[in-house]
Amino acid sequence: MEAEAVRQPRATVTVAASPAKATERGVSRRGLSRSTILGLRVVSLVLFFVIWWGVSLLNAHVLKVFNPILLPAPDEVLRTGITMAASGELAKHILASLSRVLWGFGIAAALGIVTGTALGRSRLLEHLVEPMLEMLRPIPPLAFLPMMVLWFGIGEASKVAFIAYAAFFPIFTTTIEGIKYVDPVLLRAAASLGASERQIFWHVVLPAATPSIITGLRLAFGLSFFVIVAAEFIAADSGLGFLINDARTFFLVSNMLLGAAVIGVIGVLANVLLRKLEGRLLRWRGEARGQA
Amino acid sequence: MKSILIEGVSKSYTEGVLALDEVSLELPENSFTCLLGPSGCGKSTLLNMIAGFVEPTTGRILVDGQEVTRAGADRGVVFQEYALFPWRTAIENVEFGPMIQGLPRVERRTVARRYLSLVGLAEHETKYPRELSGGMKQRVAIARVLANHPSVLLMDEPFGALDAQTREVMQEELLRIWGEDKKTVVFVTHSISESIFLADRIVVMATRPGTIKEIVDVTMPHPRDRSSAAFVSLEREIKRLVREEVAKLGVT
Repeated sequence: MEAEAVRQPRATVTVAASPAKATERGVSRRGLSRSTILGLRVVSLVLFFVIWWGVSLLNAHVLKVFNPILLPAPDEVLRTGITMAASGELAKHILASLSRVLWGFGIAAALGIVTGTALGRSRLLEHLVEPMLEMLRPIPPLAFLPMMVLWFGIGEASKVAFIAYAAFFPIFTTTIEGIKYVDPVLLRAAASLGASERQIFWHVVLPAATPSIITGLRLAFGLSFFVIVAAEFIAADSGLGFLINDARTFFLVSNMLLGAAVIGVIGVLANVLLRKLEGRLLRWRGEARGQA
Repeated sequence: MKSILIEGVSKSYTEGVLALDEVSLELPENSFTCLLGPSGCGKSTLLNMIAGFVEPTTGRILVDGQEVTRAGADRGVVFQEYALFPWRTAIENVEFGPMIQGLPRVERRTVARRYLSLVGLAEHETKYPRELSGGMKQRVAIARVLANHPSVLLMDEPFGALDAQTREVMQEELLRIWGEDKKTVVFVTHSISESIFLADRIVVMATRPGTIKEIVDVTMPHPRDRSSAAFVSLEREIKRLVREEVAKLGVT
């Protein structure tokens, strides 16, 4: 009897109210508010420069551990930067490095995605080619740099080839993973909706692998900047790596720090840009990621 | 008219385990059949063979007179895991079949919109699957299949991942949609009450090896009252049949 009374009219039950995503606005983990977090981050940057400045001044006027020209203060580096920017020299070096990175990264992306896809699709190719690449992968790319210079000369080709080589592996690996591990139920769903093998590849496999491929591209882009400096140390007459190495010969520590700082700034900007692009392409995954 | 004809179908996997043994079954056009049984009775295997995902070891399956050799658009499948494409919005998911068929953009949007409103999701067309609840996702999946105009609708425990209340609503919804867009339905479930609520015919399956134990015709008119005497007594009878099979598995 009681059971009867408890039963509710089913008609009033609406199915599937929108899923409550409990994202608390303005409050992040450990209960810090957004503005506090932003404030702390700004303080962190300011603190960095203050410490640098402090150490530099302390060394120059009080402690005198080493020659003051070996540790210039931030304002000196800034002044060097302004002078070099005004003369157009800085832009020349930035453009030289950037164009090498873009070429090398572009080639790596094309090769990595194509070979990764081919190997991810074909068991035969995978077992034929992967051991080869697995053998090369643990060798730090830098080990090949002197050889690249011998093979491709001291011109642009050796640097582009070196970057392409280094950036290839992360793209290749993440592409294979992405292509291979597509949820099989999605493949079945597509096949039962009438899709051909070819259509399944373009409309299911590739989009499903995209997040993984993009992760590889982002890693590879960072790596490209990482290795360009080393490549420009060896044989170059332009580029940010050259700027640093050349300045070493003349004890121009400000120039060296400037080169490093510019690379840092470009790296941060590139990462922000790539995150933006990722957010756009992977809108369907939500905004939970990639805010840093 | 026969829609699905299953002729002496067996399936053995490499380890020599017989998942299905000589199953034969005829399903008339626009009938609603539930395959019912405990896990391991081969009900999903049978459904996957009709879908064309799994090949029978012996025997054959005909759908509308054509032997099944692979998956195809004439047999729509609704999965327990929804299987929506997460990078497509609700409406883009429904558009998938029409897109594959080469329908122009405007037309396929119209078709998709019609089926989304049929399942009651007209207002959610621009949402991505992650923004939808389980019940809503399964509605999108049903709309996606129907927009493709299959002659057969195969459902593999479609409401198995839903909570009890949503599940009952979805069962009613499915009957309403089926009433508006008649298809031959094969519905795999291990819920006895779900099968009685939905089906014209319940195929109770036996385990080890998978065979048909008994076919129960359900003649009660829709909508069926889950607390009516006829419903409850049929439930009790089928429960007894299924219990025997569960006991055979040696697990309780």
